[in-house]
Amino acid sequence: MATSGQTISDEARGVGRISTRPVSRRRRRNLNNLAGYLFISPWLIGFFLFTFLPMLASLYFAFTDYSILSPPRWVGLANFEQMFFHDPRYWKSVQATFYYVFAAVPLRLAFALVVAMLLNNYRPGVGIYRAAYYAPSVIGGSVAVAVMWRQIFGTQGVVNALTGFLGIPPVTWLGDPKTAIWTLIILAVWQFGSPMLIFLAGLKQIPKELYEAASMDGAHGWSQFLHITIPMLTPVILFNLVMQMISGFMVFTQAFIVTGGAPLDTTLFYALYLYQRAFVNFQMGYASAMAWVLLIVVALFTALVFRSSSAWVHYETEGD
Amino acid sequence: MAQATLSPTLAKQAHLRRERTRSLVYYVGVTLLAFIMVYPILWLFASSLKPSAEIWTTVSSLIPRTITWENYTNGWRGFGGISFTTFYMNSFIYAIVGTIGSVLSSAIVAYGFSRIRFFGRGFWFVCLLMTLMLPAQVTIIPQYIAFSKLQLLNTWWPLLLPKFFGGAFFIFMMMQFIRGIPKDLDEAAFIDGCGHAGIFFRIILPLIVPALITAAIFSFYWTWEDFLTPLVYMNKPNLYTVSLALRSFADPSAATDWGAVFAMSALSLIPVFILFVIFQRYLVEGISTSGLKG
Repeated sequence: MATSGQTISDEARGVGRISTRPVSRRRRRNLNNLAGYLFISPWLIGFFLFTFLPMLASLYFAFTDYSILSPPRWVGLANFEQMFFHDPRYWKSVQATFYYVFAAVPLRLAFALVVAMLLNNYRPGVGIYRAAYYAPSVIGGSVAVAVMWRQIFGTQGVVNALTGFLGIPPVTWLGDPKTAIWTLIILAVWQFGSPMLIFLAGLKQIPKELYEAASMDGAHGWSQFLHITIPMLTPVILFNLVMQMISGFMVFTQAFIVTGGAPLDTTLFYALYLYQRAFVNFQMGYASAMAWVLLIVVALFTALVFRSSSAWVHYETEGD
Repeated sequence: MAQATLSPTLAKQAHLRRERTRSLVYYVGVTLLAFIMVYPILWLFASSLKPSAEIWTTVSSLIPRTITWENYTNGWRGFGGISFTTFYMNSFIYAIVGTIGSVLSSAIVAYGFSRIRFFGRGFWFVCLLMTLMLPAQVTIIPQYIAFSKLQLLNTWWPLLLPKFFGGAFFIFMMMQFIRGIPKDLDEAAFIDGCGHAGIFFRIILPLIVPALITAAIFSFYWTWEDFLTPLVYMNKPNLYTVSLALRSFADPSAATDWGAVFAMSALSLIPVFILFVIFQRYLVEGISTSGLKG
């Protein structure tokens, strides 16, 4: 058995320990190393070509003035100085992005959780409802939906037509700095499908006995929700929160099509402004500096959420 | 207590009635919500079938008074002398080639990470997970510069090449799936003389078909709906994907024929819906087991 080098992690199972010949063991390990790197080589090469090297390049460009046409010129911290102290549009974009993330992410997760709880039973037809609720998320990122959204919230759009029936005068949803960002937040909330499915999977994992025991103790409805459902779901909530937050910080297509950053830059999301700097104005250095600030902010927020998780995420202990 | 034993049927009936009202309230509620959720989609399809004059006059109605396919024929003509035939061809090339490349490469990498113990595996796995959180904005600028220096703008290379190096999401998802396959199978194959390549192709690959399908659907969706990448690299209208074409087509400063815009928008969603209807089970399982974003 040990004559061939191509074993399957037999060291892990302790099979390798039976072998008394250390040479063949080393040979086997070397062959495993080789096979391992061969199998992951597509990703590894891609990681260096399309992630690692670009990141290094981007870090360098962040300290340069670079328009592609002429070679990059080192400017030190000038990009960051410009960004933080002399670019009001930059702060507009930061403000819009935070507003969006802090409104859209909690709303979307709350919706996802409520609907997941509604669907977490075995009534007939639940599958159809699940499909209906998930459908908007399937098409959510598409340009078609963004185009549609712009018309739904247009002055002659459906929303004004419907509120008109209730006697509410038409509103220029997309033109009013107060409402424009909310059309995008509603668009995000409308696509609660993925977190909903993840919550649904999480809900199904909660042992029924917990609810039965709670019922015996006289805890029902709201009390069960607060003391069983929520604590048992906290690992899933953490996961959803992190994923949604990250994608929230990078929102682009919807704003690009629906509002284009208008009115008065109230929907000029960070990724949108970065795109304009990079691919409209061809200020690659400035845009790279912006990208690194984004990366650091996303990493900080992710770390913050993970750090806080020990206080609120409940992990079941082994054999509990 | 005594009363309950005296009339158990009465209590049962009361219970049943209560259950029935609860059921009714439940179904009315979820149906109403479902209607609100799909209303915009239905609206888009309804508007695409209305004659131009009717679209804005009966804007909230979901039933066209007269059904016309004119919007579709008008819209298909496209703009600048390029019809949607070209845009659909481009989108299909991008989505299909991209999907094949990323699913196959991801499967190979997933096998390596989950079934071979090699030096540095933990480290590279952490790198893989980190790339999941990396904003595309950090890498797209240097990538764009590199591709432009190589004179590869307005070609398929920048869009398709990166797809052949595995997608972190798919690798992660397939690893979860491979973990569920008993190792006894690998060992039996090994005793029969299979190497890693043999085990991968003959044992693992056939067993992870559901995961491959799930990954393929997501990959198709994401490339079909991808907007940023073609926007950055494709500047010639004859290379536009449907997403890009729709954006130019629906430019509020230029578009006047809203019927045609709605028709082409609705049409672009149809491949997505077809896959959704056929493969819904895989999608739901894929998201539930690995937490993929939709």
